[in-house]
Amino acid sequence: MDKELFQTMAQSIIDGEVENAERLARQAVEQGVDPLEAINKGFVVGVNYVGEQYAQGDMFLPDLVLAGEAMKAAVAVLEPEMARRGAERKMLGKVVLGTVAGDIHEIGKTLVGTMLSASGFQVYDLGVDVPLDRFVEKVREVNADIVGLSALLTTTMAKQRDVIEALDELGLRPKVKVMIGGAPVTGSWVDEIGADGTSEDAIGAVAVAKRLMGACPEPGEGAVIGRRVSR
Amino acid sequence: MIRPTLQLLSSETVDRVVQEGIELLQDPGVRVHSPRALSLLGDHGVQVDLQAKVARIPAQLVCRAVETAPKSFYLYDFDGQPVVHYGGDDVQFDPGSTAIEFLDYGATTSRAPVTADFVRYVQLADGLPVLDAVSTAMVCSDVPQAMADLYRLFLVLLYTRKPVVTGAFAVETWHVMKDLLVAVAGSEEALAEKPTAVFDVCPSPPLLWSEITCENLMDCAQYRLPAELVSMPLTGATGPATLLGAIVQHAAECLSGITIHQLVNPGAPIVWGGSPAAFDMRTGTPPMSAIETVMIDCAYAQVGKSLGLPTHAYLGMSDAKIVDAQCGFESGISATLGALAGINMISGPGMLDFESCFSLEKLVIDAEIVGMARRLVAGIAERETPLALDLIRQVGHTGNFMATRHTKKWFRQELFIPSPVVDRDFRRNWEEKGSKDATQRAHERVEALLAAYRPKGLPADVIGQLESITLRRAQAAGMDRLPPR
Repeated sequence: MDKELFQTMAQSIIDGEVENAERLARQAVEQGVDPLEAINKGFVVGVNYVGEQYAQGDMFLPDLVLAGEAMKAAVAVLEPEMARRGAERKMLGKVVLGTVAGDIHEIGKTLVGTMLSASGFQVYDLGVDVPLDRFVEKVREVNADIVGLSALLTTTMAKQRDVIEALDELGLRPKVKVMIGGAPVTGSWVDEIGADGTSEDAIGAVAVAKRLMGACPEPGEGAVIGRRVSR
Repeated sequence: MIRPTLQLLSSETVDRVVQEGIELLQDPGVRVHSPRALSLLGDHGVQVDLQAKVARIPAQLVCRAVETAPKSFYLYDFDGQPVVHYGGDDVQFDPGSTAIEFLDYGATTSRAPVTADFVRYVQLADGLPVLDAVSTAMVCSDVPQAMADLYRLFLVLLYTRKPVVTGAFAVETWHVMKDLLVAVAGSEEALAEKPTAVFDVCPSPPLLWSEITCENLMDCAQYRLPAELVSMPLTGATGPATLLGAIVQHAAECLSGITIHQLVNPGAPIVWGGSPAAFDMRTGTPPMSAIETVMIDCAYAQVGKSLGLPTHAYLGMSDAKIVDAQCGFESGISATLGALAGINMISGPGMLDFESCFSLEKLVIDAEIVGMARRLVAGIAERETPLALDLIRQVGHTGNFMATRHTKKWFRQELFIPSPVVDRDFRRNWEEKGSKDATQRAHERVEALLAAYRPKGLPADVIGQLESITLRRAQAAGMDRLPPR
């Protein structure tokens, strides 16, 4: 019976049905289903499927986003139950994310956040036009594993370097990996400013993040890992 | 919703084209090299000069034929579904025909096509959903010429369930081709009820019906198999140099064909089509993708529509010799304009070199063009009321429309989503995938689609019938066994 429920859960993610995902999560709690199992055997299966379909070209960005939203909604319902049981979802890592100062472009960054979150990362999305200090503070506050810096403009791209330098000065750099993203970002820019990785799309970003956390040995398609790490 | 359209002629000009076309059939009349047609015309009061084989057809007879010709009809696939609608402004596409050359991937020199090329072509066309019908696109050089026309149809019938655009090269082979279609349909009645193929019939410019095409035309009428008129004036060579003059000659030839056809069997389906060209005055070639050729095509279609008739044209081709930039822009421009003109059947995808050379890579590239052209003529729909007021207010200033149900609900209908033949990657991804150009990507898609091809599941006894009909013709032509497939 649980198996059937898990399948419906996965389907609610695949369909991007936020309300359905929420309802199924509540149902799981009411029926005493282990919330961790609900996530790992139910909802995550849907997220993985959507990711695969996207990579194959059979699903598209809105499918990813709505799957991510549905996943978020389901997890929000299940979290109090996990806390009550003293269970903890094993997160892949903590990611502080934002678009750098002077840049207000949101879509790409939010998409990466949604996919990272759906894939099991704890994501702290600081929004857009984020001052350098806020990145640094947040990294320190949550003891982040990864910081993600988005920039769409060639003029604001330099701010990615500023954040890395600030982290370096404060001695935080060895503890936190830096992922950068945005249309003007190239592999050589990653190397030039000493970042750890970048990706052209949100699915690739998840692969890079997993790789940086040592959770995924093979590099995903479209993923660029900075030389500092791949060496 | 407005359906975007292209009209090149005023309605007054269209009327004058029709009027002059009708007058030309009275004086100087049309040359008809079929005794059967001449006698039929004579029986209906047409003044026939048997010596010169010229028929002077009175206006009244032409007008009656236009009236009895059906305004629309369907072609059916081999599952009995009506999938091609000849009529109105519906736009459908099929590959070009009939190539006598084949261009291998990476080659700059073409060669004569053989059975294996043709089979791969049919399997590929079968897997491209934007192609509504399959043409008998090439002449296989590994069978005798005397059976080359029916052999193409035989191979098409084995490997696809889509309707067929075809044509016969001789009077007798038309009947063999009809028999092949009957073998699949079950009976002549079933085939006439739900026709699965349309036969191209080509008058010779100016104003001549050769015996072969005229017999084909009349046989189509008799068995109620759709006929597609392919009138082909060459401006300044076998037709007037002015575009409008060529359009008048085209109209006269088509009207004469419709008259003969409807006299045989009033109400039999027939299509106002053509393959004119704006003759190239430097090289003496008939460019199928010159802008003036496209203009003549779109304009004659407008004339045909004014008579309420279904339409056809050869567009979406290129005169380039390889799959290059000229190939892309000529095919793109002409297919798009043809779609805007509302031409019911546009034949051309896959074809190069004045419609003489076929390329599988071009076919899959053209499929993307066809997808975009179809999207264009589908127009801009009013999906919601209010158009966007509620939505934009609801999303507010956050700017994230991607997470809305609205996006999920509509994006697949609003967008033509291309295959990987069309590159929309970020540059870095494109480079990482090997910096491939469109032709390289097209070749990969050809291989992928061919690998995904599934047999169409014709019953063994039907395959047996098709084989024995074809083999009989092969043996009559001096070939003991059909080439291996």
